[in-house]
Amino acid sequence: MKPILKGILGGIVGFAIGVILLMLIRVLFGLPAWSTEPAATVGYLFGLIGWLLGVGVWDYWARGWLGRPNKPYTTTGWRRYFDFDTDHKVIGVQYGVTLVLLFLLAGLLAMVMRYELMRPGRDIINSAVYNRIMSMHGTSMVFVAVAAIMGAFGNYVMPIMIGADDMAYPRLNALSYWFVPPVAIALLIAAFTGGFDTGWTGYPPLVEVTKLGALFYALAFFTIGFASILGAVNILTTAITMRAPGLSWGRLPIFVWSIIGTAILSLLLTQFIALSMILVILDRVGGFGFFDPSQGGAPILYQHIFWFYSHPAVYVMILPAFGIALEIISHFSRKPLFAYKWAVAGMLGVVFLSIIVWAHHMFTSSMTEKLLIPFMISTELISVPTGMVFLAALGTIWRGKLRLDTPMLFALGVIFNFLLGGITGVFLSDVPVDVHLQDTYFVVAHFHYTIVGGGIFGLFAGIYYWFPKVTGRMYNEKLGKLHFWWMIIGFTLTFIPMFWLGINGMNRRIADYSPELGGVNMFVSLMAFFLGASFIVFVYNMVVSWVWGEEAVANPWNATTLEWMTPSPPPHHNFPATPEVVGDPYGYGIPGALHARVGPAPSVASD
Amino acid sequence: MSSSVDAHAAPHAARYPRLYINRLGFWLFIFSESMLFAGLLASRFYLLGLYRPPELSQTLGLLITVLLLLSSLTAYLAEAAIVHGDRRSFLRNTLYTMVLGTIFLIGVAFEWNAAFTHFPPSSPFGTVFFAMTGMHALHVLSGIFLLGLIYYNGRRGAYGPDDPWPPEGVVKYWHFVDVVWVFFYAALYLVS
Repeated sequence: MKPILKGILGGIVGFAIGVILLMLIRVLFGLPAWSTEPAATVGYLFGLIGWLLGVGVWDYWARGWLGRPNKPYTTTGWRRYFDFDTDHKVIGVQYGVTLVLLFLLAGLLAMVMRYELMRPGRDIINSAVYNRIMSMHGTSMVFVAVAAIMGAFGNYVMPIMIGADDMAYPRLNALSYWFVPPVAIALLIAAFTGGFDTGWTGYPPLVEVTKLGALFYALAFFTIGFASILGAVNILTTAITMRAPGLSWGRLPIFVWSIIGTAILSLLLTQFIALSMILVILDRVGGFGFFDPSQGGAPILYQHIFWFYSHPAVYVMILPAFGIALEIISHFSRKPLFAYKWAVAGMLGVVFLSIIVWAHHMFTSSMTEKLLIPFMISTELISVPTGMVFLAALGTIWRGKLRLDTPMLFALGVIFNFLLGGITGVFLSDVPVDVHLQDTYFVVAHFHYTIVGGGIFGLFAGIYYWFPKVTGRMYNEKLGKLHFWWMIIGFTLTFIPMFWLGINGMNRRIADYSPELGGVNMFVSLMAFFLGASFIVFVYNMVVSWVWGEEAVANPWNATTLEWMTPSPPPHHNFPATPEVVGDPYGYGIPGALHARVGPAPSVASD
Repeated sequence: MSSSVDAHAAPHAARYPRLYINRLGFWLFIFSESMLFAGLLASRFYLLGLYRPPELSQTLGLLITVLLLLSSLTAYLAEAAIVHGDRRSFLRNTLYTMVLGTIFLIGVAFEWNAAFTHFPPSSPFGTVFFAMTGMHALHVLSGIFLLGLIYYNGRRGAYGPDDPWPPEGVVKYWHFVDVVWVFFYAALYLVS
């Protein structure tokens, strides 16, 4: 706990130094010493540096730069989770727990929104508050969807799956997690400084003229972007250089491939969200004119930069879920992954195509008409590589010996939900249809079908699948199944009617709607509460099982990949000796097939 | 940077030498950073096309560009020296690089001083000019800071043919910042 206190102290000192420095400079240039927005920006950035130095960078890292011995923390037990710990397993759990908590909080905000939308007209909150709640829900959930699977399982499972003892840069890994608390603080400050009412997309000119909260929205987004770039560097380097002997590219488990594809997208494109936020801050705080037409700027430029990252970002959210789903489907169908190479090609195809489709978010933005058709075609093209991933899943299920445990149910849920999400995406990529459906609940339903139905179901599939590995205890299977059926029924009944609402003209991001849509909205709200209640089962199951659950064996699923060849939970450096990979990861139904050997080979042992 | 000091040393050897891992991660990060600058370049042409104000001081621009390119040469000499174990030359050239970098920053400050009167940040060209040069100057500043670190440690006897990575990484970062300036210089001073 001491590092966190040091971090908070560092943050406060950093904030003070930043503000004082800025005031001195302003006085030097003959400006009034105090100005809120510049002070907030500079103070936040210095505070961020101070927090990072205090929480562990100084003790564990920067002392070495100055030629002094580092002072790594040596805490044990549960306290490690509150330390600047460099074990990738600790960091994975830190990410997972933090983001699931954020997910539940942002879910509560959705409940408030649905309560307001139960009946037409105003009920409990005015439209300004509604806008803020909607924006906070969207922004937080986007953070969750971008970082949850990558942060939790990309950190925890991926290195074990490739037989590594840790990430390539353990300290950088810890650093990128400790960027997350400042994000939460910035969002909290945003909520208490008037909030922001721009939605999660933060379009100018609104984001530049609205309350102080919007500035903290931009700073939070910038911070999490920085963390995800550092994470992507680490994950890619690890996947390339830390693979166990014999683990060639053709033998990589499909989940590792999905993480690699995701990391490529994060690495290359997250800079653009950072850039769009920097430009917004410059406009707001420094009086620049990037997005202000009266100063020669162009609001459309923001949308180009923003979506150049944020469309690929939806694949950052969904690709790891595909990876988890395919992984689980193969193990639980007791069959080798069908068309492994095509599935990999499909994932990489999604990665590359997703970079050239961003402007389909801007069909109604008055951008050049010449761009409409090319972007429509490239967007529709993306269903081809996605289809390859789907066929791999279906081909694996085909005539498999299915074990319908909770992880498998969630994995099948990913496939089922994303099919609907994907098909409705084809409608939206079609320019004439999009002009009609733009900014309606059809978009809301489509987006939730892909990101919740795909990404979040994938997250839960992963949580249940690796829960015994991470905690060393088994969750309650009955409660797990109850959670799945409760969640998927609530989810379907919440979001299917939203397609209808959208077609019938219900606008998104507005606290009110025309009275004749009242009945369906009442139904949707009730189902949303039903869906929200399903997570009580989940939280209960997780907490109780983590503390009192029965001890899990090393390989409860009889799966073949490397993370199941080490005890649950794995020891400090994962394996007693470097594992040696000798075959394909999914050798089901093949006599004598073996993925890897851990420990010395028998011939050596007999010497 | 200080890869040699790691309390969590691996119990079983990695497949690749640490130097290789560091280089790979470094290049991935540079790849990512170049996207940030590419975005700024694209914004410049999106907003202004090929417009360039006549008030821009060509002499000063050319001068600081030459100085920055020269600093790449001294940075290279510093790296080559430490790889061959010549500590004195390493320290001398690192110092030259830092001095040249600082002069570059002073030159940028002079440019900003003039720019405030001709095209302040609130004007179309000023918006682009201050954002691009500012973002680049921030990277130069961080580069000087890193050079200062390796100078400090080099004086205390760190690095050598067996431990070349921190100087190598810093010098490569410095080269990257220079290459970015070559593009920015062309986009701000030369197009029309």
